[in-house]
Amino acid sequence: MFATALPALGDAWALILQPVVLGYLVLGVVMGLAVGVFPGLGGIAGLSLLLPFMFGMDPILGLALMIGMVAVVPTSDTFASVLMGIPGSSASQATVLDGFPMAKKGEAARALSAAFASSLFGGLVGASFLTIFILVARPIVLAFGLPEMLMITILGLSMVAILAGRIALKGLAAAGLGLMIGTIGEADAGGSLRMATYDIPYLTDGLKLVIVGLGIFAVPEIVSLLRQDRSIAKGASLGAGWFDGVKDWFANIWLSIRCSIIGVVVGVIPGLGGSVVDWIAYGHSVQTTKDKSNFGKGEVRGVIGPESSNNAKEGGGLVPTLLFGIPGSGSMAIFIGAVALLGSGDIEVGPGMLKNNLDITYSIVWLLALANVVGTIICIGASGGIAKLTTIKFTYLAPFLFMLISFAAFQSGQNFEDLLALFVIGLIGIFLRRFDWSRPAFLIGFVLSNPVEKFTNQAFQIASFRFRKSFEEGIDYIFSPIVIVLIIITLVSVVLGIRQAKAIMAEGDVQSGSKRAPLVFLLVIAGYLTFALINANMIPDYNMTDKVIPLVVGGFSLACCLILLFQMMRRPEGDSIFADKEIAGEDADAPYGLWSTLAWFAGLIAATWFVGFILALIGFLVAFFRVRAGAGWGKTLLLTACGIGFMCLMAGALNRDFPPGLLQGAVDLPWPLK
Amino acid sequence: MTISKFTRRAVVGLIAAAGIAAPAAAAEVDFSGKTIEWVIPFSETGGSAKWANFFAPLLSEELPGNPTVVVKFMPGAGSTKGANWFQEQEHEDGTLLFGSSGSTQFPYLLGDPRVRYEYNDWNAVMASGTGGVAYLNAEDGAKFDGSANALKDTDFIYGSQGATRLDLVPLLAWEMLGMNVEPVFGIKGRGDGRLMFERGEANIDYQTSSGYLKGSADMVEAGTAVPMMTWGALDADGNIVRDPTFPEIATFKEVCEATDGCETSGEAWDAWKAFFISGFPVQKLAFLPAGTPQDVIDTYTAAFEAVRSRPDFPEISSKRVGKYDVFVGEGAQTALGTATNVPDEAKAFVVTWLKEAYGVELK
Repeated sequence: MFATALPALGDAWALILQPVVLGYLVLGVVMGLAVGVFPGLGGIAGLSLLLPFMFGMDPILGLALMIGMVAVVPTSDTFASVLMGIPGSSASQATVLDGFPMAKKGEAARALSAAFASSLFGGLVGASFLTIFILVARPIVLAFGLPEMLMITILGLSMVAILAGRIALKGLAAAGLGLMIGTIGEADAGGSLRMATYDIPYLTDGLKLVIVGLGIFAVPEIVSLLRQDRSIAKGASLGAGWFDGVKDWFANIWLSIRCSIIGVVVGVIPGLGGSVVDWIAYGHSVQTTKDKSNFGKGEVRGVIGPESSNNAKEGGGLVPTLLFGIPGSGSMAIFIGAVALLGSGDIEVGPGMLKNNLDITYSIVWLLALANVVGTIICIGASGGIAKLTTIKFTYLAPFLFMLISFAAFQSGQNFEDLLALFVIGLIGIFLRRFDWSRPAFLIGFVLSNPVEKFTNQAFQIASFRFRKSFEEGIDYIFSPIVIVLIIITLVSVVLGIRQAKAIMAEGDVQSGSKRAPLVFLLVIAGYLTFALINANMIPDYNMTDKVIPLVVGGFSLACCLILLFQMMRRPEGDSIFADKEIAGEDADAPYGLWSTLAWFAGLIAATWFVGFILALIGFLVAFFRVRAGAGWGKTLLLTACGIGFMCLMAGALNRDFPPGLLQGAVDLPWPLK
Repeated sequence: MTISKFTRRAVVGLIAAAGIAAPAAAAEVDFSGKTIEWVIPFSETGGSAKWANFFAPLLSEELPGNPTVVVKFMPGAGSTKGANWFQEQEHEDGTLLFGSSGSTQFPYLLGDPRVRYEYNDWNAVMASGTGGVAYLNAEDGAKFDGSANALKDTDFIYGSQGATRLDLVPLLAWEMLGMNVEPVFGIKGRGDGRLMFERGEANIDYQTSSGYLKGSADMVEAGTAVPMMTWGALDADGNIVRDPTFPEIATFKEVCEATDGCETSGEAWDAWKAFFISGFPVQKLAFLPAGTPQDVIDTYTAAFEAVRSRPDFPEISSKRVGKYDVFVGEGAQTALGTATNVPDEAKAFVVTWLKEAYGVELK
């Protein structure tokens, strides 16, 4: 096999290094960057846009165009994560934790360039690793059965220990709440409904990651900054520049290498996708840093780790895609479909790929790496300028952010309910932030809810089947060498994590105050958990697979809440358990109240319900700039026109609709008003 | 050409942004300058997406005025959401097309409470099908002799997407053969099922024709899998015959006849056959909404007919959607009839069986 690999690698480079191929690659990268600014849209929207042109196209050109587009999405969504605290995709959740605080300190350019340098490097490490690994990957991928996947998911979940915050119980309860919210909807296994009814079809599909990510991270930050009426970067000044970021990356090159390897390896396993990679990389970054006090407050290593891993993961994700024809992510699934349209349809992604098309396989691997290089250079070049966004007075930025996140949320399900869900999850996020309940822990719980449940049920079912055959076979199946190694890693990481958790304050130093508000929030959470438990318990016993995880997790989280309740009753006011951001600090001193600020967002959603998104947006933008920002009519109209124009241009090019309202139900209006 | 199309759409977006909506003039059936939306009630990643993306550019070439045909995705509730939405649409200017699949047909047949759509209101303009192949691992495959008699004492594990989905057809077939197959639910897509089989966690599997050719045929060649049976294909008289793609593999009907206790008549067989027809030979359909005038239906029929009779169609379609008949116009309407007119006894049988075997209640 290796004898054929070298000439194939040569052929691949000969294919790639044609000017026209490189031209298509750059074109793809530029289009990818343009699409990537939309949080939550990313690769899927971009690829769908390209699909109609793929039919019969020269394969290598089509591949260059598509790969250019896919490769830069995890790079370009870093802008949103760092500058606005919006997790653009599951690959950039962990970047928000330290990237956004850096932007707040005026170090946006440094954070961005460190992130881009890490992305670039991760992509290259990933490609080099893959060049050899892809030849021997098949048996290794097949060695990862359900128990192994379950253990990797649990390893991801164990990162909660590090991110739990000052009061570990709160972190555990937050993660448990995330897990429970992740179980809402129709169960995968038996189809039972959890906390949903067929009368509200929206809930039966469960909540989408985009909405939960935006609600938990973006909404609270936007609202908080808007209340304070300042720019993202405190004092509107920019500190360290883009060159410092590159230096930071170079100083931490070993961390970057290790996290890249983590990225490729986890990315290779089909069925896990990107959801755990960045958390594992973040956890690793924390554990290997001596001074942990800066994590969550703008530690550059917290940016370098996850960003090194997420581009490497894209490379790793190619293995199941190319070798087994099983997509590792949504965009990879479209990619597989599109490859079949290329040329005369000879390239068939799947087991035959290595045998028949090794040169194409290598072209794909290295086009991906090359696209990373091109994309990163463009991004680093732009980061200094784009970082200036953080010095703009936030009042002028916020309405556009509300516009963007509403549109992104709507794209996930194309229901009006998407906007409502965003608002409700946003409220949860605001209170988690206010009372210092770990938001990362909540998000990890939500993201891993489905894998935990699925792998637990399936592994249990197959294991009991093996045990019926013989005891040894069952034990062999559950405790494979890989599982044992993963158990050890998990245990070590939990023990280390608990010790370190107190040093990492994701929400900064939160003052404590009176008992009432934190207690009420705790009771609301406990109330929801109780209700969800009762609801899960009502599922008939023959559908045990659908109820066992909600019961166990819900019971556990409720127990955490009850202990917290007990502690709250015993401890005096001012104890750290009563952390409340409204007592002291930025939020407490903000000139605007929470509810009046939130009312603007609520107003946009309510108006959308009546007149549809675009009309509501016009009204919202005009009112906001006139009333809240106090701008003159000229400025107001100009900014409004820019916002609407941008929205329509992007949606028009991507062929997307806007949320319709009651008006649209009654009268036929032309696009974009419809 | 790619760039110009892209810019054109971006420009359309810009014009719309400036508030100048393009006037819509409709006279003859001519789609010049229009955009046809082909709504697929699944996500961008599924088989229906592949199917629509394959036909969309071909359709665009054949429709009068060469409109842009874009595929739009409206996933939710296993396609029920999109189908319910389509039910509420009325004919406007013929620029709306809807694609359904077996996963849309089955909830309709089984009386799923979420179903608010009625196939008979819609106008089918194109239908296409597929086949399926079941296979065993090498160890159990050695015991297979054209009948399932020697497989009745083996415990089988099968990675399944859910008993109410297309998996109903294989699960019911194995049950009728007296085999003990335990489904592991909750996998996403047949590719994951094949991977489970390759890892040795599952020891029986089935794939649709294209999935089998792409991934499983290699395993058969390497001796790690043994084909068991196809679901077969329908001849013009509605009889089950060997699948033209796999003429060397026996059909379920043949295996059933050879197996003790399996009957190719009676209510179980009728139910299986009804759901097989709905799920495989007429798996995917393209519809125009209720109230579409005949001239528009005829235009689409002619366009799909032209696509089907392209000289290179057998070649390009076999690679992308499988070597199966594509029905247009009347043929599509007839296909729809066979796919959705399942006798009440068959429905009742399956509903009872789902309840008893898997505890699934559609309420």
